[in-house]
Amino acid sequence: MAHKSDLIADDILGYLKAQEEKSLLRFITCGSVDDGKSTLIGRLLWDSKLIFEDQLAALEADSRKVGTQGGEIDFALLLDGLQAEREQGITIDVAYRFFSTDKRKFIVADTPGHEQYTRNMATGASTADVAVILIDARKGILTQTRRHSFITSLLGIRHVVLAVNKMDLIDYDQGTFDAIVAEYHAFAGQLNYSSITAIPLSALRGDNILANSPNIPWYDGPALMAYLETVQVEQESIEKPFRLPVQWVNRPNLDFRGFSGTVASGVVKPGDDIIVTASGQTSKVRDIVTFDGNLDQAIAGQAITLTLEDEIDISRGDVLAHADAKPDFADQFEAQIIWMHEDHLLPGRPYLIKMGAQISNAQISDLKYKVNVNTLEHVAGKTLELNEVGVANIATDRALAFDPYLENRHSGRFIIIDRYTNATVGAGMVNHSLRRATNIKWQEMDINKGARAYQKGQKSAVLWFTGLSGAGKSTIANLVEKKLHALGKHTYTLDGDNVRHGLNKDLGFTDADRVENIRRVAETAKLFVDAGMITLVSFISPFRSERQLARGLLEPGEFIEVFVDTPLEICEQRDIKGLYKKARDGQIANFTGIDSPYEKPQNAEITVNTTSQSAEAAAELVVAKLEEFGVLGTWYPDI
Amino acid sequence: MQPNLTHLRQLEAESIHIIREVAASFEKPVMLYSIGKDSSVLLHLARKAFYPAPPPFPLMHVDTTWKFREMIAFRDRMAAEYGFDLIVHINQDGVDRGIGPFTHGSGLHTDVMKTESLKQALNKYKFDAAFGGARRDEEKARAKERVFSFRTETHRWDPKNQRPELWDIYNARINKGESIRAFPISNWTELDIWQYIYLENIPIVPLYYSAKRPVVERDGMLIMVDDDRMPMNPGEVPQMRSVRFRTLGCYPLTGAVESDAATLPDIIQEMLLTRSSERQGRMIDHDQAGSMEKKKQEGYF
Repeated sequence: MAHKSDLIADDILGYLKAQEEKSLLRFITCGSVDDGKSTLIGRLLWDSKLIFEDQLAALEADSRKVGTQGGEIDFALLLDGLQAEREQGITIDVAYRFFSTDKRKFIVADTPGHEQYTRNMATGASTADVAVILIDARKGILTQTRRHSFITSLLGIRHVVLAVNKMDLIDYDQGTFDAIVAEYHAFAGQLNYSSITAIPLSALRGDNILANSPNIPWYDGPALMAYLETVQVEQESIEKPFRLPVQWVNRPNLDFRGFSGTVASGVVKPGDDIIVTASGQTSKVRDIVTFDGNLDQAIAGQAITLTLEDEIDISRGDVLAHADAKPDFADQFEAQIIWMHEDHLLPGRPYLIKMGAQISNAQISDLKYKVNVNTLEHVAGKTLELNEVGVANIATDRALAFDPYLENRHSGRFIIIDRYTNATVGAGMVNHSLRRATNIKWQEMDINKGARAYQKGQKSAVLWFTGLSGAGKSTIANLVEKKLHALGKHTYTLDGDNVRHGLNKDLGFTDADRVENIRRVAETAKLFVDAGMITLVSFISPFRSERQLARGLLEPGEFIEVFVDTPLEICEQRDIKGLYKKARDGQIANFTGIDSPYEKPQNAEITVNTTSQSAEAAAELVVAKLEEFGVLGTWYPDI
Repeated sequence: MQPNLTHLRQLEAESIHIIREVAASFEKPVMLYSIGKDSSVLLHLARKAFYPAPPPFPLMHVDTTWKFREMIAFRDRMAAEYGFDLIVHINQDGVDRGIGPFTHGSGLHTDVMKTESLKQALNKYKFDAAFGGARRDEEKARAKERVFSFRTETHRWDPKNQRPELWDIYNARINKGESIRAFPISNWTELDIWQYIYLENIPIVPLYYSAKRPVVERDGMLIMVDDDRMPMNPGEVPQMRSVRFRTLGCYPLTGAVESDAATLPDIIQEMLLTRSSERQGRMIDHDQAGSMEKKKQEGYF
């Protein structure tokens, strides 16, 4: 793997020292097979001598077998990774390639250019700082050129290289090149590029790749490699306001409490005044802690741990900022969305949004329009299909901290996850917040969950009693409700049997029906929570995933799992309803504990044991815990 | 103007971000420790990610029982020195069946003692995320691997159905029984790894350095006679030669290269001047084109 430097053989220590100072550039190449994209990347790897002999031997063999260059080395074959697509001659996913020169290390995202692969191009563009858009000089600017430009600009790439390839096939004609560049500039005015560099080249012949080609004397700009080695991109994120999304709270002992994360943008120094976006609490940076010692400052891109002067409450998902330059903080915003899944976007369907370390339930409330990725025209539409782009309003169930993506590429970006399949179905970029929570904080006093619970002198919550049939769930829930009522609390109980007689009487006991049963109960419980009630749910709910589903519908702290831990033998001995006997006799199928499993909770908030304590004592324990969790005390909604 | 980060510092920060994200997102992560140079870097990065606390997950070595003895000694020394929790898993069923590379060939041996064994261990301990030291530059099939790579309940990888991965936001949602393989050093190249080991003074197994070692030449590969389980062919006599290893695995499957490189700069110099890629020393890739992709689908790292 011979780099070209003579230092390697003569002065390896000097070479290593020089290599330590190298920077890193990530770029994406856009174009179709016909534009010679794979050939271009293959050429860059080849010319920087990063192809090993065994790889070269394999490449030569492959070129003879499936190559398209008539037995000549087909550079494109070096890049196509997965076996199934090798014979098809197209790249269908994102592949990452690496090469380096003496000045820089490069990571290339190689993505397909066809319209049906918009998803992959967006993925590759998300981490790139430069886009190299290939154009066949014979064909000029095509629909796909516009599409590639739009997507890379949408994903926040600010520097584009217009690589006008196959100049050798038009006799290196300057007139044709100039016309293409002029047309492109006219179009790109609608986009957000800050620099456009047009380079005439031939990937196959190597013209203007590593060095300026004598075949193109009229061109006085940089060769492609010279451009890639020198374009400045890092400074942009350092100049933005400081943002630290907290990934991890580092607490090895009582004396150390650090907040770990990667600086998304800006610079931070010890002594800086910082604010926690969500809570508004402020403090000063004490130290910037790393394994290699404390730092005088940390800049965008560094993974650090901050300690603060004051003990304030910060957890994963919080975003730290300088007190005088806070991000937006809102639960409604407008965003550009790229849809990435075969299942269409369904406005109103509950999705999850992951924005940095922040996760929230979200609804895409209103699709404003779709964007035709080829013409940039706005088109009316109710839904987004795979590879479509649109603008929509999004409502989250908790406020999130972000900046408009156009202002800060390292903030205000998110993925959309389907809550039921866990697939990543889309990606989005915030345009702006809709309710300017940072400026007008809750000016109109909504009658919301907090207000309703406040009026009742409590915090709304779900007490989810789970355990085997006959474990004593309903008995204990009943006692707990009596005690809460006596304390003046507002409660309601959803009992498994009772719900089955009404709301869920259309459901049987198949797996699908059991899941639907739980889902309805959980959604109903959520409505009661929204109404400000302490809601008691008494359900066998044998599967962890079902209980997790219920937990996921509620905000942190609202779901309190009460495990009524009574062993199967005892339940079967009691057999109050005679069900165990029927199950043993084979009259009832899928009976929990007999021929259907019960998955014990691993981290229940409360566990009661009815073999060592009475139902009364268990109920007292539950009420005491509620007190401890702050459910019973008056709490103040953040108004 | 602020100074920019060098490429190694950027790669380091990206890896730390990924390691923290896994630790924060999963209930029971584990770091697979293969004792090689990539594992050494991974471990070093994990220590950096949680400093001053120790990494909040154990290390696990899937031992095929055919690793170089020096690797095992190094593993145990590192465990003691850094004080990390080390789980060693051996496929006892494979041992009972007497599976080994000499008797059963590299394919079956790797399948039973490595791939199957890894699945066994993941099932046994119910890990929901496992860190691996794979790099995208190692092999074509790896170039498209995600950083958070989703595995089904039976540990299969589906290259046609991968979750899109944008920015530095990773989808950590899984159902019970499913898992994620996380690859924090995806974007490092072999040269980056060596430079980082040099820069950070990270301990590596001495087998990477040249020394006189007993080897025999078989099928064009120099195989080290690491213990007396290695059967000699008629006329074969181990010779002491100055060799080192560019990659480490089961000793009967790992080819040595003749070399005098006895220091890190020597190794890096040799690598930069050499003309064959590092996986060439591994027998498993030779079986057929696309063999790595097949292995990955079945659950190999």
